[in-house]
Amino acid sequence: MLKIENLHVSYGGIQALRGISLEVPDGKIVTLIGANGAGKSTTLRTITGLVKAASGSIQWNGEELLGRSIDKIVTSGIAMSPEGRRVFPDMTVLENLKIGAYLRRDKEGIAKDLQWVYDLFPRLKEREWQLAGTLSGGEQQMLAVGRALMSRPKLLLLDEPSLGLAPLVVQDIFSIIREINRQGVTVLLIEQNANMALKIADLAYVLETGRITMSGTGAELLANEKVKEAYLGKHKK
Amino acid sequence: MQQILPYIINGISVGGQYALIAIGYTLVYGILRLINFAHGDVFMVAGLVMVYSTTAMPMYVALPLVLVATVLLGFVIERAAYKPLRSAPRMSVMISAIGVSYLIQNLSFYITGGVPQPVTTPIPWISENVALLGTSTKRVTLVTPVLTIALVIALVYLINHTKIGMAMRAAAKDFETAQLMGVKINAVISMTFVIGSFLAAVGSMLYFTNYPSVAITSGGMPGLKAFVAAVFGGIGSIPGAVVGAFIIGLCEEIIKGLGYTTFSDAFTFALLIVVLCVKPTGLFGEKVTDKV
Repeated sequence: MLKIENLHVSYGGIQALRGISLEVPDGKIVTLIGANGAGKSTTLRTITGLVKAASGSIQWNGEELLGRSIDKIVTSGIAMSPEGRRVFPDMTVLENLKIGAYLRRDKEGIAKDLQWVYDLFPRLKEREWQLAGTLSGGEQQMLAVGRALMSRPKLLLLDEPSLGLAPLVVQDIFSIIREINRQGVTVLLIEQNANMALKIADLAYVLETGRITMSGTGAELLANEKVKEAYLGKHKK
Repeated sequence: MQQILPYIINGISVGGQYALIAIGYTLVYGILRLINFAHGDVFMVAGLVMVYSTTAMPMYVALPLVLVATVLLGFVIERAAYKPLRSAPRMSVMISAIGVSYLIQNLSFYITGGVPQPVTTPIPWISENVALLGTSTKRVTLVTPVLTIALVIALVYLINHTKIGMAMRAAAKDFETAQLMGVKINAVISMTFVIGSFLAAVGSMLYFTNYPSVAITSGGMPGLKAFVAAVFGGIGSIPGAVVGAFIIGLCEEIIKGLGYTTFSDAFTFALLIVVLCVKPTGLFGEKVTDKV
């Protein structure tokens, strides 16, 4: 279980997170919704170690993550598919997946997981030798998720996987996220597409200017009037 | 033809020396977007170490020592002068590089007393004269390009087919995402300095063994020209640096062969200006696409 307590993060004088606390229980899909600049990405980036926290704690299965180096955090079973996909454009699909397993030494396990990723995303198998830069947006997103899975994470962090994708492709991606979760990977998802995210989430948090203002199950928040108005584009009658 | 041939042979050899230095510039630029101004001085220090070590010990100890000392120097420079500035503006790192360059020259001045150190014991075998196509040249002239090409092939293999090479390519494209994959960015950066310094040390030995002496400013000209070669080929690109270096080496020597020795240096720098005006990304340079 990932447990964040009273986390404060500042970026160049701006307080991005003002003491958030949240929990990601094992085996669940948890989502963090909120407007641009609310601090969603900062939260994920702090968990992975890309951003340093000012104070607070992030406990992962009882161990403190703050202050650990990024590679130690990856080895401990946390992987992220970053915002904007960030695949390596002049490497092949296969190389992109291989670099996802950079810290692993178990050749057989890597081969098995490569097969696992190809089963989840048959499109990637077809495009194995293509340069990642030539893939479509949706395929690049699949590659970014697949690459993160190659480290065999227990917790998968997804930063805006639906960004800039056609609605049908978004549907695909979300059903695969569900499938990945069903196979035992805990998911922490942040999304601007609140509707989609809340539908698949077991637990959800609403983040506003660095603070958590609401939480509940995905269904609860979907039904919440305030959430409807602010994030789902539905007005009160 | 018979008159120009020695110059062509020489040009290929000079090109090989430039290439060995130019790769150091281009590798470091590829990863850090930094022009490592101290690289020419690292080349010079390798020459000084060679002079001192070859007079004091047998060749088979002295030459490996030159490699080890130069690699160590490159590693220490990065850790001491560039790593602390990792998140500083690029300009700060550039200024730090200029500082390192002068620091090395000054320390060398202190050690040598400012007197050029004569190369008294050139490397045997490669310093012997051989006959070639009706002319005579030192064996090092022929060994240099062959060794250069062999090292470049090894380097390209390392970058394209090994794990550390994959990490280098990933880091060159996107630091942050590479780190998310677990790539230890500082280790990768150190590795590029180690490789660059190693090649510069090899280049330095081939260069100075054929040279009367090593002065503290000896790194300046070859360093600058190798830099021009890297820019000409497209800075950040290894094949570019190699091709650029051979072209510049050949052109310089041919110009000398035609009797315009005075202009050979001017040619190189004029070429730099033309390249920057006409094709700033060089022969094999990557297209500049800003990250959104």
